[in-house]
Amino acid sequence: MARKISMKQAVNEAIDQEMSRDPTVIMLGEDIVGGTGCDGEEDAWGGVLGVTKGLYAKHPNQLIDTPLSESAYVGAAVGAAACGMRPIAELMFIDFMGVCFDQIFNQAAKFRYMFGGKAETPVVIRAMVGAGFRAAAQHSQMLTPLFTHIPGLKVVCPSTPYDTKGLLIQSIRDNNPVIFCEHKNLYALEGEVPEGSYTIPLGEANVVREGKHCSIVTYGLMVHRAIEAASTLAKEGIEVEIVDLRTLSPLDMDTVLESVTKTGRLVCVDEASPRCNIGTDIAAQVAMHAFGALKAQIEQVAPPHAPVPFSPTLEDLYIPSAAQVADAVRRTLKGGKH
Amino acid sequence: MAASNPFPLSKEALLTCYRTMRTIREFEDRLHVDFSRGDIPGFVHLYAGEEASAVGILTHLGDGDRIASTHRGHGHCIAKGVDVVEMMKEIYGKKGGCGNGKGGSMHIADLSKGMMGANGILGAGAPLICGAALAAKFRKKNEVGICFVGDGASNQGTFLESLNLAAVWNLPVIFVVENNGYAESTSRDYATAVNSYVDRASGFGIPGITVDGTDFLAVYEAAGEVIKRAREGGGPSLLECKMVRFHGHFEGDAQTYRAPGELEDVRINHDCLKIFSAHVLSAGVISSDELAAIDKSVLALIEDSVQQAKAAPLPTLADLTTDVYVNY
Repeated sequence: MARKISMKQAVNEAIDQEMSRDPTVIMLGEDIVGGTGCDGEEDAWGGVLGVTKGLYAKHPNQLIDTPLSESAYVGAAVGAAACGMRPIAELMFIDFMGVCFDQIFNQAAKFRYMFGGKAETPVVIRAMVGAGFRAAAQHSQMLTPLFTHIPGLKVVCPSTPYDTKGLLIQSIRDNNPVIFCEHKNLYALEGEVPEGSYTIPLGEANVVREGKHCSIVTYGLMVHRAIEAASTLAKEGIEVEIVDLRTLSPLDMDTVLESVTKTGRLVCVDEASPRCNIGTDIAAQVAMHAFGALKAQIEQVAPPHAPVPFSPTLEDLYIPSAAQVADAVRRTLKGGKH
Repeated sequence: MAASNPFPLSKEALLTCYRTMRTIREFEDRLHVDFSRGDIPGFVHLYAGEEASAVGILTHLGDGDRIASTHRGHGHCIAKGVDVVEMMKEIYGKKGGCGNGKGGSMHIADLSKGMMGANGILGAGAPLICGAALAAKFRKKNEVGICFVGDGASNQGTFLESLNLAAVWNLPVIFVVENNGYAESTSRDYATAVNSYVDRASGFGIPGITVDGTDFLAVYEAAGEVIKRAREGGGPSLLECKMVRFHGHFEGDAQTYRAPGELEDVRINHDCLKIFSAHVLSAGVISSDELAAIDKSVLALIEDSVQQAKAAPLPTLADLTTDVYVNY
């Protein structure tokens, strides 16, 4: 039965149900329990934002707090995955990949290929992504393109509680390394989520709104900016179609191409830095595979090519807004052959 | 009349160990020749001279025990039971190699034998083996993990973080520092702040042992002690094997950084195979004829592996994009 829960609860519930189902599902991370070795409360934090709170009481052997040592514990998760476990490593903020990237992109991602198809590395690396927390340049990035670039990794970035639970359960069961990106500004978002276990296949986009004038292709928090822009544009008689990619690798280009073929116009919205991001990849692929369907120039909405600033004034200017998305749609509607 | 055996291994076991060490030596010496002929693509880092470490340590392990190796990994692979023909095919870049020609010398692995891969990234095996050891703890089968690093990679953050993690989680891991005196072309003494790896181990609250890595029996006994400790739940240890490298960092390395006469001295006075032979012959446990018979059969094995590798098919376009994912 479905009821409304937050995206944070959806993450918690997915891990809880998978740990109950499969004792090889373990989780390693900094403060995922919290208070380990301290004299105070047990399960003091449940993760830095409380996402895994309560899981330790139910699965005391399956959650292990780690030293502040990302290379060691992310690598240990990868090694354990190659030895029959199904670990989830929590990287806390995706920005911390800088100190453990080798274990992800040179080890986990490449075992299967280098070892002639004989290795399986079913590890999930969960991390918070995105700006809006006034957390500045080293705790706010949207680094999805870096992982999407690496063959051997799958990359997921959901936008709703429903997708979060289904995609996370699927990611845990997947036999490949999966980077699971959770937007910290969506943790409080509530939505209908079934109580029981279910999966959503990786590599299937979701058309969250149908329309005939322009396609907006996006993922994560930006899906909600696109929905907001669509409401504004609807009042002007402009009907946009919104494609939520949900997974970035594998990428559901079929759904994107189908949508653009229908609307003839494309706006790519990405919270990642503007060069070589998911939006530019989508734009390039549409230009290559559906050029004939395009009635106008492709538009991109992305932050400036700058680090995420601290000052709230600046950070609000940095993050793409619904108004910028709506403007981009209007530009492409004015452009091209009429 | 046969002499009584003063060694901790039976005669048969000693012969097996000798055969494994000789196999590594001939494998590497043959690669040295074939590489110089231009038969082998890419980078090759040879383990010759260091055989007593791999065999002295890995003789204690079973298939359920895991190891993580280095860029200089052929010796670890052979000592862990990886098939020599598959290894040779892999190094020649052929189908039927351990990685179907997609990994090469630096990425030989056989997970069914507990060999979690040679590694092109220095120090990267240390976190991986912590994970293998963690998995072993969950399985409750008293399996251990062994991580090999050179003296160079002993300065990597991954290695130091893993010493701490293994100590904190009391993991059944043995960190083996194969100290051949050189980090590529830079001396160990220049690049490493501590003189003794025992001191480095004590910095992480774990036991450390230094052993003469050219003496198979010394390595075997020291490794037996730390592996037993790990199997019994005593936690991680560090084992330093002081050893010598017969070849350059990579094949093609002119080794001008070495002192005049150093290589000759190393090969004459510090050859672990000569030292092993001298021990077992002088004790009268094994005869020179028995060693010679092994030498002959190993030479034939290596020749056969090279012929099979040369005859094996090359991978094709169809292989280029397979095995990137389990499913995608």
